[in-house]
Amino acid sequence: MSQGKSKDVISITVEFSGGLEMLFSNQRKHILSIPTKDESGEASNVAFLVRYLCEDVMQDNRRELFVLDDTVRPGILVLINDADWQLEGEDKYEIQGGDNIHFLSTLHGG
Amino acid sequence: MALSLPIESTIKSLRYQIASCEAQLQDLRHQLADAENRAHWHTIPFESLSHDMIGGVPGDIQTEFLAVLSQNGERRRYAKAWPLEKHEYKRYGRQLIMPEVGLQGQLRLKTSSVLVVGVGGLGCPAAAYLAGAGVGKIGLVDGDTVEESNLHRQILHSTGRVGMTKVESATVSLTQLNPTGEYLAYSSRLTPDTAIEIFQSYDLILDCTDNPASRYLISDTCVLLGKPLVSASALRTEGQLMVLNSPPRPPGDILGGPCYRCIFPKPPPAESVVSCGDGGILGPVVGVMGVLQALEAIKIITRGIQHPDLICHIDIDKPRFQTNNEMPPNPPEPPSLLLFSAYSNPPFRSIRLRSRKSKCASCSAQAIVTREALTSGSLDYVQFCGIVSPVEALSVSERISVDNYARIRTGTNPITGTEARSDSHTLIDVREKVQFDLCNLEGSINIPFSVVSRTSVFVKGNSAKDVGEEEWVTKMRGLPEKKPIFVICRLGNDSQLAVGKMKELGLDCGGRRWVGDVKGGLKAWRDYVDPEFPEY
Repeated sequence: MSQGKSKDVISITVEFSGGLEMLFSNQRKHILSIPTKDESGEASNVAFLVRYLCEDVMQDNRRELFVLDDTVRPGILVLINDADWQLEGEDKYEIQGGDNIHFLSTLHGG
Repeated sequence: MALSLPIESTIKSLRYQIASCEAQLQDLRHQLADAENRAHWHTIPFESLSHDMIGGVPGDIQTEFLAVLSQNGERRRYAKAWPLEKHEYKRYGRQLIMPEVGLQGQLRLKTSSVLVVGVGGLGCPAAAYLAGAGVGKIGLVDGDTVEESNLHRQILHSTGRVGMTKVESATVSLTQLNPTGEYLAYSSRLTPDTAIEIFQSYDLILDCTDNPASRYLISDTCVLLGKPLVSASALRTEGQLMVLNSPPRPPGDILGGPCYRCIFPKPPPAESVVSCGDGGILGPVVGVMGVLQALEAIKIITRGIQHPDLICHIDIDKPRFQTNNEMPPNPPEPPSLLLFSAYSNPPFRSIRLRSRKSKCASCSAQAIVTREALTSGSLDYVQFCGIVSPVEALSVSERISVDNYARIRTGTNPITGTEARSDSHTLIDVREKVQFDLCNLEGSINIPFSVVSRTSVFVKGNSAKDVGEEEWVTKMRGLPEKKPIFVICRLGNDSQLAVGKMKELGLDCGGRRWVGDVKGGLKAWRDYVDPEFPEY
């Protein structure tokens, strides 16, 4: 994983799976450079990343399949470097260069 | 259609009867083999023993020895000196010689009971491996019957058993695989009023179901009864696996493993849940997940299941057979979620999960899911998870029945009164391309629903994101205004939503062009117009 080169952006890997990739141009892995600071000058956290993904990355119109009430919808697990985000402070986790953030839709088929 | 129905049911019934008879026959053969084995044991000729001793053994010793052997009781005690039956050493030999199983592990498997809820793509391979490994009792819960479209992945069922209940079909297969196991069939869907009663007599539960409502019910019941749960799911090319409530401690005990509600406190919106029937499933993908469930179950059982109310380790076999060095129970693995993605590299990934949630509705000290709540029916799992009601997005005047649409293609147009012509209208098929390529109506144009639904309504100069109109919208605008547009899909839901979107995009030319959907989609087309149209 490469560290963000510029002072103003950090480079991270964002992954989508379990069907969520369909909302993001059918691409599972995205290497993104996101601003280090959010709209109000605070360090970018996962809540900001979710907003950023909706505004700048998502091509699909169906936002409700990704977010609900300003956070990821129920049934989506957010994994920060292969750990459930509940272990990392959920949407308040401050994103570090080289992080892997994985949005995973739970499956129900069997 | 009306004529073919009784024939179909006759075929089904005959298949069913044949399969039942085969199962019965199989059972009789096993009973016979068993009886013959026993008879053989009882009739080992003592002459052969005495023959062996002729060389050099003094006569009085011979007599004494044979007298001891011929005492029935003595002989039986001798035969029972081994903790496993003779055939079991052979059958399980390849796993018995592994330190992970060994004699104690095999005895634990033999005395264990596992409940498999859902006998489909996950439940079939899971139950097969558990029966093969020598799990003493396997319960099977499923309310469905075997369908032809199940057979590519549900390996316990067979072509001849289409129409039979899944639990009966699986019992037939499992009995053939390993006749020593006990297999119990529960042929109705799991409900809150039956869950506790069924789960009670099992040590471990496998969630092999296909919907969130069942998953919450199974997890809640496991927490209430203190049963470890191995939960898996699969769709398309991916699978997920979790071992929950392991160790199975009482609600409020933070040393217990997390439950399904700890990980997913809220159910997903019902419309976001995709079934294998809609999304597709690759047989080996769900098979891998079912096999992994069996593996986790074997690991838990051979390690020794801890009873929630006892801190001590239960040794089911200890009073009878002392195995060598008593090993302390392995500490349970930390909670994790295993992800399998057949087309990714690496295909397997393990995710660290949280421990029990302090405010969990099911396994915390503040749990609201209680035995009373469950049995009284006050917990409505179906409502909790939501129901997708059939789409009713269009008015009657925006829809056409398949019969009338068929007339537009081949007879007199019921709307305009004109004779049918192939170019009198435009037919848009909104199924995904891969489905469209399987079979489609002649002359139809494919615009996949995923493309339609992701299209934003274009407003000039609205935002910096404006990149112009999508190609399909421009193409449709170019179609002659006079020709009505019919939209069709697989079942008649997406077509309605697509019509709504097309109107939002102004493709009805302000009402001058008729845009509507074909009611019931290609399923209705097959049911009422063309029975030869492929069903998939």
